[in-house]
Amino acid sequence: MRRACAFVFCSFVMCWATVVRAESPGRSGGELHFCVHGEPKTFNPLLVEEDSSETIRYLTGGVLIRLNRQTQALEPGLAVSWKVSQGGRRIAFRLRSGLRFSDGTPFTAEDVAYTMKALMDPQLHSPTGDSFRSEEGQVDVQTPASDSVVVTFPAPVAGLERLFDQVAILSAHSPQKEMAVLGPFYVADYSPGSYVLLRRNPNYWKKDQQGNPLPYLDSVRLDIQRNRDIELLRFRRGEIHLINALDAENFDHLQKETPAVVHDAGPGLDSEQMWFNQVPAAPLPEHKKNWFRVTEFRKAISMAIDRADLCRIVFGGHAQPAFGPVSPANQFWFNSSLPVPKYDSAGALRLLAQAGFRLEGGTLRDSSANRVEFTVITNAGNKSREQMVTMIQQDLSQIGIRVNLVTLDFPSLIERITRTYDYEACLLGLVNTDLDPNSQMNVWLSSAENHQWNPKQPNPATAWEAELDRLMRAQSSAATDKKRKSDFDKVQQIVAEQQPFIYLVNKDAMSAISPAVVGSAPSVLDPHAFWNAELLRLGADQALGAQK
Amino acid sequence: MSPLQKVAAIILCMIFVLMVLATILVPTPYARQFRDVPNGGPSTAHPLGTDALGRDSLSRLLYGTRVSLLLAPAAALLSTLIAALLGSAAGLLGGWFERIVLALADLSLALPWLFLLLTVRAMLPLDVPPMLSVIIAFLMMGLLGWQASVRVICAAARGVRDSDYLLLARSSGCKPVRLLLRQVAPNLRPLFYAQFCISIPLFILTEANLSILGLGVMEPMPSWGNLLRGFEDFSALAANPWRLVPLILLVTVVMCFQLILPSQEVTQ
Repeated sequence: MRRACAFVFCSFVMCWATVVRAESPGRSGGELHFCVHGEPKTFNPLLVEEDSSETIRYLTGGVLIRLNRQTQALEPGLAVSWKVSQGGRRIAFRLRSGLRFSDGTPFTAEDVAYTMKALMDPQLHSPTGDSFRSEEGQVDVQTPASDSVVVTFPAPVAGLERLFDQVAILSAHSPQKEMAVLGPFYVADYSPGSYVLLRRNPNYWKKDQQGNPLPYLDSVRLDIQRNRDIELLRFRRGEIHLINALDAENFDHLQKETPAVVHDAGPGLDSEQMWFNQVPAAPLPEHKKNWFRVTEFRKAISMAIDRADLCRIVFGGHAQPAFGPVSPANQFWFNSSLPVPKYDSAGALRLLAQAGFRLEGGTLRDSSANRVEFTVITNAGNKSREQMVTMIQQDLSQIGIRVNLVTLDFPSLIERITRTYDYEACLLGLVNTDLDPNSQMNVWLSSAENHQWNPKQPNPATAWEAELDRLMRAQSSAATDKKRKSDFDKVQQIVAEQQPFIYLVNKDAMSAISPAVVGSAPSVLDPHAFWNAELLRLGADQALGAQK
Repeated sequence: MSPLQKVAAIILCMIFVLMVLATILVPTPYARQFRDVPNGGPSTAHPLGTDALGRDSLSRLLYGTRVSLLLAPAAALLSTLIAALLGSAAGLLGGWFERIVLALADLSLALPWLFLLLTVRAMLPLDVPPMLSVIIAFLMMGLLGWQASVRVICAAARGVRDSDYLLLARSSGCKPVRLLLRQVAPNLRPLFYAQFCISIPLFILTEANLSILGLGVMEPMPSWGNLLRGFEDFSALAANPWRLVPLILLVTVVMCFQLILPSQEVTQ
């Protein structure tokens, strides 16, 4: 009898526990698993330049100001408040008090000063520091009180406060050096080639609305996996909880299997574009160089490409036609007054006729009777780019232009577009991680290396490029965001009129998140799936494989 | 010829006829995109459905067969000719010439082929029409695919060198070139044929591999290689089994070529 009672009691306790667990929408704890696509090259947040290290910096670094990936607004981080003055030369922070690094070292203004000095040290060659360098000269950092810091730059820095989203504060005194962090997690273990284990930072300062300490997760395990097909397979098997960036094809496959796991946050910041080689010294026939320099020719090509079909067929509808250097996802900087390009092959032919081209028996010829034909290069193995060029082949054949496609391995392609300039047209993508136009200075200045259609010009080759130079410099030193926006709107206007880059599509920001993850809110800005990592938790069924 | 070889030969002949009559059988141009029906299933307009860009799969299959089946034997012929010439001469002459030829074969076998092809492709001019790029791809394969055959042919020629009939020919004052063409080559002909037949499927598969890497035949021209790229989308195969047709055709052709190879008795 006693045995039977004990059995009934135990059964009741187990059932009750199960019911309670099932009713709970989510609970603290658990280990989130996902993949990074390469070995992290550094754990020093000031030296980050590739994706894996960036992921670790995002999850471990404490920053003074955080860019909210969903609202695109700046939010207080380690700084309670800040004030930019002297036209963007000076920024004063008031810091949170009573904070500690992951190893228990107290956080003070001295740490911010130490970080800023290290960041701007020319010997360190910090890629993050480069974005603060507007002019030669020393950066002055003052700490008038233990909770206030004033940083003065030698010249105005445009979008100054936004740049601090990338600056993870280091400890000036911790024996753990850069491994002591102020972010939600700290690096607990690293097995080269295998994984990086991040554990919950017990000293993290943030709390949820109920006053519970964040983050909810106990740990995050980042598996190092270069192969994206294996990453997808592991997600399907339930071995990882999320995929931060999905392509359209894999999105559709997953959507057919389990619609609840995939998320399309809308057009992201990345774009795909085509451009013609306008380098005067390029080893191309002179008549082809002349075509590529003619604005009407470039505009006609742009007009004759059916972008809607590219989005629908190549990207399965997970992309939007692009018509400028800024994606609509960039809410503040996007110039919404730009004309939306319409697919119009008859209009393209009219434009070409104005420029002296004529259609003869289905073949377009220039004024010297040269057949209009060019070769587009792109990187081998990128299926969507090859498909885009193939579709462009058919679109342009409607106006009598023959397009050849050549795929090259990436180093050969880079050699051609940056050193030998032995190519006619190129189709590539631009990965944009920063909202601020200053990050595009290396594209729009005529002297810049990434001014891809005609890089490293000693003097602007055309009047409109000179105007681009002027506007980009003006916006970078303008005191107010309104003035900067006005200047950068004009830049977008000129680019739309001149079409040095023929923008094709803005790809959607897509991710896959297991239903086991509670609190996810995918965003268009990177990191799409775990930007709010501190608020994520594993739900009732937190076992891996839950998405099955 | 065994019954199995006859069946293989008939199948190959049928495929060749289909390939030659592609223009009549399938009037749809292989590059035309029917953008309203991408990834379409079989229909009366498109018996094998359409690919991701809406192009008629049957048309692409037949034209792709034409490209692969015409150019792979051409490349095989080129590589067999090089191997026959070098191998026979090396086996017949022996000495330092044989050592140099075999050392060259070993050296080129040790080269990383893929990187070599990547480098050669990167150095070629870009403004070449698709057909020329196809010919270049197969020409490169032909020029680089002789090493394995040369060793086999050299070993066989070495055996011929010490034969009585060759001794007799030499003693009658036969010149080396005549010896090579009239005495050695006819005796090694079955071996050349076997090497030629072996090379054809090898080059078809090499082209397929290069196309999967995006380095073979350029779009929009079809080949078996770039048709097989559809298999990257593996999960879609179960839902669209007709996409397996290019693979079935490739396996069939390769098997047929293997079956009609001269048997051991014939080669000897």
